[in-house]
Amino acid sequence: MHQVPLSWYLILSAILFALGVAGFLYRRSIITVFMSIELMLNAVNLTFISFSYQLRQVDGHIYAFFVMVVAAAEAAVGLAIILTVFKNRSTLQIDEIDSMKL
Amino acid sequence: MTFIVVSLIKIALVMAFFMTTLAYLQWIERKVLSHIQLRVGPRRVGPHGLLQPLADVVKLLTKEDVMPSYVNRFFYLLAPAIAITLCLLSIAVMPFGPEISVFGYRTEMQITDLNIGILFVLAVTSIGVYGIALGGWASNNKYSLIGGLRSAAQMVSYELPMSIAIVAPLLLLNTLSFRHMVENQGGYEFGFLPRWSIFQGPWPQIFGFIIYLIAAFAETNRIPFDLPEAENELVAGYHTEYSSMKFASFFMAEYANMTTVCCIATLLFLGGWHPLFPAPYSNFVPVVVFLLLAGVCFYHGLNPARKWDNITLPIVGVVAIVLALLFFVPVLNTILIPIFWFVSKVGFLLFVFIWVRGTLPRFRYDQLMKFAWTFLFPAALINLLITGFLVAVAGH
Amino acid sequence: MNTILFLIFAIIAVACGLNLVLQKHPISSALSLVGVMASLAVLYLQLGAEFLAAVQVIVYAGAIMVLFVFVIMLLNAGAEKSSNKSWFAQIIGLPLLLAFVAVMGFLIEAFLPPLRAAEFGEWVGGSAQQIGRVLFTEYLLPFEVTSILILIAIVGAVVLARKEID
Repeated sequence: MHQVPLSWYLILSAILFALGVAGFLYRRSIITVFMSIELMLNAVNLTFISFSYQLRQVDGHIYAFFVMVVAAAEAAVGLAIILTVFKNRSTLQIDEIDSMKL
Repeated sequence: MTFIVVSLIKIALVMAFFMTTLAYLQWIERKVLSHIQLRVGPRRVGPHGLLQPLADVVKLLTKEDVMPSYVNRFFYLLAPAIAITLCLLSIAVMPFGPEISVFGYRTEMQITDLNIGILFVLAVTSIGVYGIALGGWASNNKYSLIGGLRSAAQMVSYELPMSIAIVAPLLLLNTLSFRHMVENQGGYEFGFLPRWSIFQGPWPQIFGFIIYLIAAFAETNRIPFDLPEAENELVAGYHTEYSSMKFASFFMAEYANMTTVCCIATLLFLGGWHPLFPAPYSNFVPVVVFLLLAGVCFYHGLNPARKWDNITLPIVGVVAIVLALLFFVPVLNTILIPIFWFVSKVGFLLFVFIWVRGTLPRFRYDQLMKFAWTFLFPAALINLLITGFLVAVAGH
Repeated sequence: MNTILFLIFAIIAVACGLNLVLQKHPISSALSLVGVMASLAVLYLQLGAEFLAAVQVIVYAGAIMVLFVFVIMLLNAGAEKSSNKSWFAQIIGLPLLLAFVAVMGFLIEAFLPPLRAAEFGEWVGGSAQQIGRVLFTEYLLPFEVTSILILIAIVGAVVLARKEID
């Protein structure tokens, strides 16, 4: 078989997205939660590029490029916030950062 | 099928040549450094210390392979593997010469020519940071950690001016693939000035070349930017806890990185395999160089410093004469002359690397980072702006 | 040949994704994420997005993930402590996840129009020239806006992460 059906790429993207959601909801360390968000963004990039291949247009690549740029900016600011949280609370487990709860 | 066989042969040849170059680059460095420092360097193992790399290889292989008990085993073993694999990858896309035909089969002197050749090399360099950061962290040692993090931060900071300095000649050469880049640098302006990137176009890329070289010094952790691995600063930094073969991997990775950045500088800025002046006259340069080498060997063979140099130096002289005569054979001419020019340009840049090592003191870490962000990065940006503006105005 | 390449790198991507979710130490998760990004870069190459594959490795795997690895090393983030908060979530989590993936797969196969077959090299529309042409003409406004966005991110990161000098 020389050809791979494009729906396989979309199913792979769905699996990676589901794994990202699972990591986001299940893990307790802030950094790992953040990395699951990046995994979700990567899965979405794969979908963009698959559909760009389907429609033979380069616009999907541009959207994926902008997703990458926004992810870079978000990672920089998010990690700076994580550093500040660590300085103030000395912990990276999201369960223990609950001083604003009722 | 022949394509696979030819590719395997090319890979084997490039690997053999490259590995020998790495080993003898260490010998060249020790000899040049010692002559700069007015001493002699290794001279006991073999004539003029020529078998020293062999002795070093035997030493590194037979040294005890210590695996400390407190390290994180998986990453400790992964770090030198990443370092050595990635710096051997970049050599796969570098062209050494034009298209040749060997026994009637036309092939290029390059393992593969990617459309995005320069981006591939930048990607591989970006991932190379992990080898050092992980090596420093997995050793479970505060000096290694500091050295590893400093070195990784330095590499990431200097990647920026390096990439921007690379973009400027790409505007002139209008392509990302290495082979087309070198082919666009052929030909001669006014009959004698070669159309290399540092000479041609609306804005000659001399500043780009210098910025790229400085950033390359920092990327490969060479003096004057080698604080993260200096012995008197951090107890050898990120490779403190590594011994024998793993240390040899880091060591080889550093020399391979150096060779790779010199090859990229040659291909982007210095015109690759194109000779310095037009073709019929420049074909005699290799012959003249080897005959001069033979002359020097025979002259020193007459009253040598050691007794057995009576025999070895004339032998080297005879080998040099044979090599000079090889350049007259027309079949080998088309292969050897581009390789000669490419190797001499890369060799000159490597000599500059070693020369700077023997001459300059090292930067302190904050001076290093300030230099990258407040001077080199704006300089590269201004170079790119001027190049872009002039290319847009002057047409291509 | 295409199928073998796709299967190898898809399996590597899913395995690294699973590793990211299941590992206790953040640095193993970070390196698994680098593995996911690298295998996705190969899959982008298969779909003709050569520029984007290189940018994925340079920007995502080579800069953003280095930032993550730096923060993990600097904060000395240790292995996570497991907590036994909700047995209900632990039991129903995995089947729900599998159900989610199954529903997505069914929707993709049943309701999308017939899609092409991806063959390596059939469409190389993502070369640097084409992306450059579209990026600087049709998408010029988003390009300039993202440059301001990056400037804001740089200023924000520097302000948040610097030491307070009292």
